[in-house]
Amino acid sequence: MKFPILLDIQSAFKTFARNKARSFLTTLGIIIGVASVIATVSIGQGASASVQSAINALGSNLLIILPGSSNLGGVQTGFGELSTLTLQDAKAIRKLPAVKTDAANIRMNEQVIWRGNNWGTSVMGTSSTFPVIKNWPVTKGEFFDKQQDNTAANVAVIGTTVATQLFGLMNPVGHIVLIHNVPFKIIGELKAIGFNAFGQDQDDIVAIPITTMMEKIAGISWVNIIMVSAKSKKDTGLAQNQITALLRQRHHIPPHKPNDFYVRNLTQIAQTAGSSAQIFTILLAAVAAVSLLVGGIGIMNIMLVSVTERTKEIGIRMAVGAKKNDILKQFLIESSVLSLFGGVLGIGLGVGISDLISLISPLHTILTIEPIIISIIFSVAVGVFFGFYPAYKASNLNPVEALRYE
Amino acid sequence: MDGNINKTVIRLEHIGMIYKTGTINYEALKDINLTIYKGEFFSIMGASGSGKSTLMNILGCLDQPTSGKYFLEDEDVSTLSKDRLADIRNKKIGFVFQGFNLIQRLSIIENVELPLFYAGVPHKEANIEAKKALRLVDIAENKENNFPNQISGGEQQRVAIARAIVHNASIIMADEPTGNLDSVRSNELMSFFKKINDERNVTIILVTHEPDVAAFAKKHIIVKDGHIVDN
Repeated sequence: MKFPILLDIQSAFKTFARNKARSFLTTLGIIIGVASVIATVSIGQGASASVQSAINALGSNLLIILPGSSNLGGVQTGFGELSTLTLQDAKAIRKLPAVKTDAANIRMNEQVIWRGNNWGTSVMGTSSTFPVIKNWPVTKGEFFDKQQDNTAANVAVIGTTVATQLFGLMNPVGHIVLIHNVPFKIIGELKAIGFNAFGQDQDDIVAIPITTMMEKIAGISWVNIIMVSAKSKKDTGLAQNQITALLRQRHHIPPHKPNDFYVRNLTQIAQTAGSSAQIFTILLAAVAAVSLLVGGIGIMNIMLVSVTERTKEIGIRMAVGAKKNDILKQFLIESSVLSLFGGVLGIGLGVGISDLISLISPLHTILTIEPIIISIIFSVAVGVFFGFYPAYKASNLNPVEALRYE
Repeated sequence: MDGNINKTVIRLEHIGMIYKTGTINYEALKDINLTIYKGEFFSIMGASGSGKSTLMNILGCLDQPTSGKYFLEDEDVSTLSKDRLADIRNKKIGFVFQGFNLIQRLSIIENVELPLFYAGVPHKEANIEAKKALRLVDIAENKENNFPNQISGGEQQRVAIARAIVHNASIIMADEPTGNLDSVRSNELMSFFKKINDERNVTIILVTHEPDVAAFAKKHIIVKDGHIVDN
């Protein structure tokens, strides 16, 4: 290297140190730009992660099958109004190649009674596979098994809210409760998972075998919902197609008729929500990038002033042997160092803002290394891009005229 | 020195320089022919506007003539690229200007190191050479890290001489070097030029309009209206 770059950088710092206030004000645009990018990307990534985790909490590779809507005298009801889904449908779905397991559900609001205490809750008839599909284990006792499911056993697994309301600090396992005047033995307590994204207390629940629900509580032969877990995330689309084809065949639906059921692919919903959050992040970052652009113009302006102020110096350097490239390099390094310096300060400010937002607002921010690295690269690029014209102008000065400049 | 006495360092053949300002052409130099030998102390005299500074710029490779040929140590430099001219200035020529032309935001030692940096000399080595050059022009060690505005005009000009000789240039171009100095400092400075000329056999080309200063040189030309009128 002809003129060691470190000396150029050192010289750049000396130049800025002589004009501290001006250098700081010049980099302010970059500082604000980078800080905005860091803060907005961290908000966007936080929002994206929150949506993702809320959807993941619903279950792994989950597909939800609901009965279709009905049309009574021109009045179209919502999904889930028909009684087209049966336990046999669920058993047939379980055999599909892309399906790992399933759980049929019926939900009813019932009063649960234990001695002098009672609590109104959502009683859910479900299959023994429920904990696997919902990623929802028991912490005390156990979940009912296939045998208990098949024999319509009077067993129940309760959520922590129900346990607290009825039993306080006592272990509920082994006690008998009454649901719809039918005695049920509590065999387990589900792990507490708190509220869902819609503010619903998920622990306020009692799970009983689906067969027990159908025969002893609801007295119905259909189910409200079938939850299906696909073999893998990429199999969810295939599973959706297989389920649709199977149910259309089982329900004898002619080709021109619409489905009497509805299949929701939660992975697809998660992906859509994820990409929406990503677009939101990109949009925010693009807006923030505009201030980086403005910062770059500020740097170009000051570098042009600097070239004019230092015309004589450029002439002296040329007289002692500096070539065009030496002058070009010197001014490019100065603008890049100035911009990088602004970028580093901007990162510090951005991280601070991101932490502050997390601390004082309900927004959850996530800061990864990528936006920080991109900000550093971008701020140097801004310095090089906007510093090029002033540097080029400096390198093309005529040495005689530059030496004469006062 | 005797061995070099007839070695040509500079040869100008029919050099002309025309400046164009819009549609007006101004002929600053007309048919200049000149030969300067190695180790000569040479003065170019003339009134203001006579063309002596233009001649100096061409001799110093800061500018190129519009006609004629300029041979510097037998190389025709009249048509070289700007980068090649920069290279020649860096390796063969040292400048001393009337206004000292030191970079104010660099320390004295950094100013002297500058030609060596552009020559690619490692910093440590450049620092040693710069210190030697400063000692030669009697700049005290404790002033090396001062900035130019912290020393006197005479000292600044001596620093400029140190910068001109630090890279062992074979030619020093001094353009009105005493213009900003009083008579005592002028004599002192000219003594340094004489010493360098005598001890290092460096060719010195001095541009001045002061006969007292020109008297230090051994050969003289007078430029008037772009011509050499007396040699």
